[in-house]
Amino acid sequence: MKVAITSTGNTFESTIDQRFGRCAYFVIYDTESKAIEFIPNPNKDAEEGAGPASVQLIASRNINKIVSGEFGIKIKPLLDSLKIQMIVLKEPEKKIKDILEMLHH
Amino acid sequence: MSPRIKVIRKVSNPPIIKGFKPYGPESGKQKLGPVNLLYEEYEAIRLSDYDILNHHQASVMMGISRPTFTRIYASALQKIAIAFVEGRQISIEGGKVYFDSDWYHCSKCGCYFNNPEKEKPVNNCPLCGSQRVYKFDYENAHEDIADKTCDDMCICPGCGFEQEHQYGQPCSKQICPHCKSFMKRKGSPNCRNFKNK
Repeated sequence: MKVAITSTGNTFESTIDQRFGRCAYFVIYDTESKAIEFIPNPNKDAEEGAGPASVQLIASRNINKIVSGEFGIKIKPLLDSLKIQMIVLKEPEKKIKDILEMLHH
Repeated sequence: MSPRIKVIRKVSNPPIIKGFKPYGPESGKQKLGPVNLLYEEYEAIRLSDYDILNHHQASVMMGISRPTFTRIYASALQKIAIAFVEGRQISIEGGKVYFDSDWYHCSKCGCYFNNPEKEKPVNNCPLCGSQRVYKFDYENAHEDIADKTCDDMCICPGCGFEQEHQYGQPCSKQICPHCKSFMKRKGSPNCRNFKNK
């Protein structure tokens, strides 16, 4: 199972990004192989359509869950139809390493 | 005058297929196009005849009025009847709908999540694995937030010891660790009377 987390930077000390479409980095974590990958978001400074473009990026990597602070109105039905689970975490102080630890349970 | 704006219908389970095709030697000989069954009509049939809800319950699920639901349902049956009698295809698409899923809240890590696989029940939080997950609805959520941000203090009328008030725990049931008397809410009328004496 693959989980994507929106991040403000490319280290484990970075905090979760509260936006989905225009987040700085996506952290992709594979729960089976424990592989962690940071990918910069090409849609960070997009004027419009950042959300759907980011969904496309996520969908192309067969991700099952996304952890972010907020999902926009265009994104929710899209992710619903792709059967990707949305997890909304409204804690801007949470660090990436904390979230990865939580996912270990 | 423009017509009354349609309320967007909520569809919680989109169909798994895109439509139906007739079969048999006579099928496909007519030059008639497919019947277009709208998503909201599919949902009406599903709620009413598959989940066996009455029209009132089903209308609440779709976020529309009961008469509107009955009209959608009647139109769905009409379209299916046309397709059966005339041997036409049914294509399920279109309609003024939005897809929504149920949301859940985990009280351990405070996250919110949806359940894309509707067939499976939700038992564990996908983030922290805790079993303290509850179905989330918007009306109760606002009350919760208001209650939890209670920053009152409990005060002991005997020695003046103060401690943070715990949500859901009456101050008058709390016992002061120093003088073993019952606590009071700081700033409440009873508390002030005591200080004046």
